[in-house]
Amino acid sequence: MDVYLPVAEVSLDILALLGLGGAIGFLSGVFGVGGGFLLTPLLIFIGVPAPVAVASSANQLVGASVSGVLAHWRRGNVDFKLGFALLMGGLVGSFVGVRLFTLFAQLGQVELVISLCYVVLLGVLGILMGIESVRAILRQRRPGGVRRKLHHHTWLHGLPLKTRYRKSQLYISALLPLGLGFLIGIISGILGIGGGFLMVPAMIYTLGMPTAMVPGTSLLQIIFVAANVTLLQAYTNHTVDAVLALLLLVGGVIGAQFGTRFGTRLRGEQLRFLLAVLVLAVAAKLARDLTLRPADLFVIPPDSQT
Amino acid sequence: MTRWCWVLLALVVLRPALGRADGIIADLSSHSIAITTGFTGASVTLFGATEGHGDVIAVIRGPERDITIWRKGKVAGVWANREAVTFANVPSFYAVAASRPLGDIIQPAEAVLHHIGVDNLKFTPTSAVPPDRTRLFAQALIRVQQKAGVFSSTVGKIAFLGDRLFRTTLTFPANVPTGSYLVEIFLVRDKDIVGGQTTPFAVSKVGVDAAVFDFAHTHALAYGAIAVMTAVVAGWIASLPFRNA
Repeated sequence: MDVYLPVAEVSLDILALLGLGGAIGFLSGVFGVGGGFLLTPLLIFIGVPAPVAVASSANQLVGASVSGVLAHWRRGNVDFKLGFALLMGGLVGSFVGVRLFTLFAQLGQVELVISLCYVVLLGVLGILMGIESVRAILRQRRPGGVRRKLHHHTWLHGLPLKTRYRKSQLYISALLPLGLGFLIGIISGILGIGGGFLMVPAMIYTLGMPTAMVPGTSLLQIIFVAANVTLLQAYTNHTVDAVLALLLLVGGVIGAQFGTRFGTRLRGEQLRFLLAVLVLAVAAKLARDLTLRPADLFVIPPDSQT
Repeated sequence: MTRWCWVLLALVVLRPALGRADGIIADLSSHSIAITTGFTGASVTLFGATEGHGDVIAVIRGPERDITIWRKGKVAGVWANREAVTFANVPSFYAVAASRPLGDIIQPAEAVLHHIGVDNLKFTPTSAVPPDRTRLFAQALIRVQQKAGVFSSTVGKIAFLGDRLFRTTLTFPANVPTGSYLVEIFLVRDKDIVGGQTTPFAVSKVGVDAAVFDFAHTHALAYGAIAVMTAVVAGWIASLPFRNA
C-alpha cells in the first residue's frame, strides 16, 4: 500500500518504510549506534529527495534517542554534566551545519556534499573498525598478550578549563567535550545523523570515558542536537517530513527491541567486524555512484522548481 | 456598389458555415484532482463533440515555473553538478493527445505557434546563454521531465465515436505538480486550426496532507516544534513496554 508523503511529495510503499525503519532499528539495537548513517543514504536510494531524507532522519532520530536514553538512564549510565558540555558544543555546531546545508543547496551541490561526506566518513570509519576488530579477534586466539596502559597522556590533557566529571571519573578540559560536540553537531546538521558512530569511539578514545557511560551520554546529547537540527531544517529549508519520520520511528522501535536481544548473543569483536563490513559496503556503493558516469548527465534538483 | 453587395451576400451566406467551423465543445469528467494520503496518480476523461468533420488535438499544461537544470561534469574523479541553466516559465506538466498522428493533421507552423508537442515548447533562459547551449539544455530538460513522467513522451490517443463525439483519458502520475492546469482543445481541418476551447482544472493536496504541507510552510517553526514533540512522545511511548526488561 502506498502512502503519500506530504513534504517529500512522493508516494512510497508503507510496508517498505516500516521495514526500512525496522531494519535500521534492528541494526541500532545490535550495534548500539543510531543507524542514521545508514538510514539517510537508504532513503535516498528508495527515492526520497536528499534534503528531505536528511531532515526527516534527524526528526526520526529524536524519537529513537529518547527511547534509548530512557533505557540507559534507568540503569544510571548517563553522565549529565559531560553530556551538557557535549550538548552546548553540539547546538552551536548543528546551527553551523544547517547553515552550510542551506548554502550548498543554493549552490546546487547538496547531494554531492552529502554523498562525499558519507564516503569519507564511512570509508575511514569502516577501515578503522575493521582493523581494530580483526586485531581483537586475533589477540583472543593468542591468550596472554601484553596488557596495554589504560590511557596515555597527550597534549589534549594539557588544555585549560580543567573540569571534574565525577560520574565518568574524569578530570579533563571542558574544551574537549565542547569541541567534540561542535564537530559532530556540524556533521549532524549537514547529514541529518546523530553521529553516534563517530561520537562513541571519540568518547572512548579521546575523552577516555568508561565504556558503560558512553551510549547513554552520547544519546542524551543526540536528542537535543537532532531536535535542534529538525527545528532549523523545518524553519529554514521546509524539508522535515513528519509523516515519514513517524513511520520510520514505528518500525525502528520494534526493530531495536529485536536487535538488542540478537546483539547479546554475539561477541563484541565479531559484531564490530560485521558493522565494519556493512559500513564499508555502503561507502563503496556511494563511491561507485559518484565515480560512475551517470546515465543522464543532466539533472533537475527537486528543490529547484519554484 | 454591386461589388459590395456581393461581399455582403457572401458573408450572409457563409456566416453559418464559419460559425460551424468554430464548433467544438469539450469538458472534463472532473475539474479537480485531489492528492490524498493514498495518492498514486489519477486519470480524468476529456470528452466533447465537434460540429462538422475534423481532427481534435488536446494540450494539457501544468502551472508555469522557473526550472533550473544542471549538467554534471567530472571534477577530481567525481561527477558533480557543474553548469546550470534556468529557464523561465516552463510548464511543470505537459501532455498532448490527438485523434491522429500530429504530422498528418496539422501544419508544422501552426504547431509551433500554439506550442503543440514537446518539441514546440519555448524555452527562455533567465540569463544570457548562447543559443546552442540553450538548445542543448532545453532538450535535456525535456528528456529529464519525460523520464520523470511530467512531460508526455508519446501523443495520447483521442478516440472518435462516430464522426462527432470524441473522448480520451488523461493520466497523471503520482508526482503530478500541484497548481492550476489548462487544457486547450483544438479543432483542426485541412491542417489548419479552425476552432478551439480551453478549460481549466486544479491539482491540489487535500485533507491531512494539505494541512501538513501548508503548516510546514506557513508556520515552519511551530511545525518543527510539533515534529520534535511528536518524536519525543513516540520515543517515550516506545520505551514503556520494555521498562522492566
